[in-house]
Amino acid sequence: MMWLLEGLIALLLLLGALVALLGSWGLARLPDFFMRLHGPTKASTLGVGATLLGSLIYFSSTQPGISVQEALITLFLFVTAPISAHLLARVALHRGLGATAGKPVTEQQASTINNREQQHDNT
Amino acid sequence: MLSWVVPLAMGIFALALLLNLYRLVKGPDIVDRVLALDTMMINSIALLVLTDIHLGLGVLFEVAMLIALMGFVSTLALSKYLLRGDVIE
Amino acid sequence: MMRWRFWLPRPLLSVFLVVLWLFLMNTLSVAHLLLGGLLGWVIPLVADPFMPRQPEVHRPGLMLRYLLVFLGDLLTSNWVVARLLMGPVERMSPGFIDYPVELNNDYAITLLASTISLTPGTVSAHYDAQRQVLMIHVLHLEDEQALVQQIKQRYEQPLKEIFQC
Repeated sequence: MMWLLEGLIALLLLLGALVALLGSWGLARLPDFFMRLHGPTKASTLGVGATLLGSLIYFSSTQPGISVQEALITLFLFVTAPISAHLLARVALHRGLGATAGKPVTEQQASTINNREQQHDNT
Repeated sequence: MLSWVVPLAMGIFALALLLNLYRLVKGPDIVDRVLALDTMMINSIALLVLTDIHLGLGVLFEVAMLIALMGFVSTLALSKYLLRGDVIE
Repeated sequence: MMRWRFWLPRPLLSVFLVVLWLFLMNTLSVAHLLLGGLLGWVIPLVADPFMPRQPEVHRPGLMLRYLLVFLGDLLTSNWVVARLLMGPVERMSPGFIDYPVELNNDYAITLLASTISLTPGTVSAHYDAQRQVLMIHVLHLEDEQALVQQIKQRYEQPLKEIFQC
């Protein structure tokens, strides 16, 4: 039983670390900002979430009582990751960083972004 | 088994942090740097929790939670500043 | 009825805060139950005027199913993106798409945008409130119409039924 639990913890920790590494690798390697945004927001969040889950099982099995604080951190990360990603994407659009590869931002899309920021600036 | 898995996972996270550092230094735009900092915060939470397991302390969650909170708030403040030139309007 | 609403403006938020406090303290002692209860009562009372009105959840069962579908998609599509990330960059064809939103409640739209951001391959980048269009960046764009249909059917339809808006 203990052996099985230890294997599960080891699997979660290693898998989480590898997924997070993949996210960071995407951040370092991809050619433009919007593509880079995909790595950290999802892969890193999921990877760290898996690591925290492994730690939750570890501390729940070795110490008396259930350790729920890791679950709180995981929940917090999953709630905040899309918000910071959305804001960073808006900053990038505001600063005029287009996608260098693939389908570019159309004229109409670009104009709505600029209009909206100007409205905000006026109010 | 955990005695070698935990240091290995720590090594992988350290590598991930180095990759983030590369993006932080290279840029090219300031948004890339903010994104790299945000990712470093997230990865360091995992590194901290792994250290906790490795040392068998079980007391570092509070630190991890504080880093998570600080990382989110600072990313929010930086993007607000870049978007509007002001943090609180 | 009025008086009850005034002293306890958000019952669900109060319960959530008490549970959160107990989780943070990691105990179930009477002292922390009382302290958490106090916080759960005072914080919504003070903060209520600052928060936008929350829509009522009409179908909690469907909400649970939505959560399960979301978790499943999170895992499967992460695998797809992981394979994409390991391949050469030239194989990816990124691009922006416009997604017409039919929901008309801020909470529901926020939930939809967050779901899109966390499901790998897509990040919601900008919401245009006037045209009701969500701008999404896609890591590997193959068929724009199919993707829009998929998001509509998988995520927006359940949200519409849950919040009835």
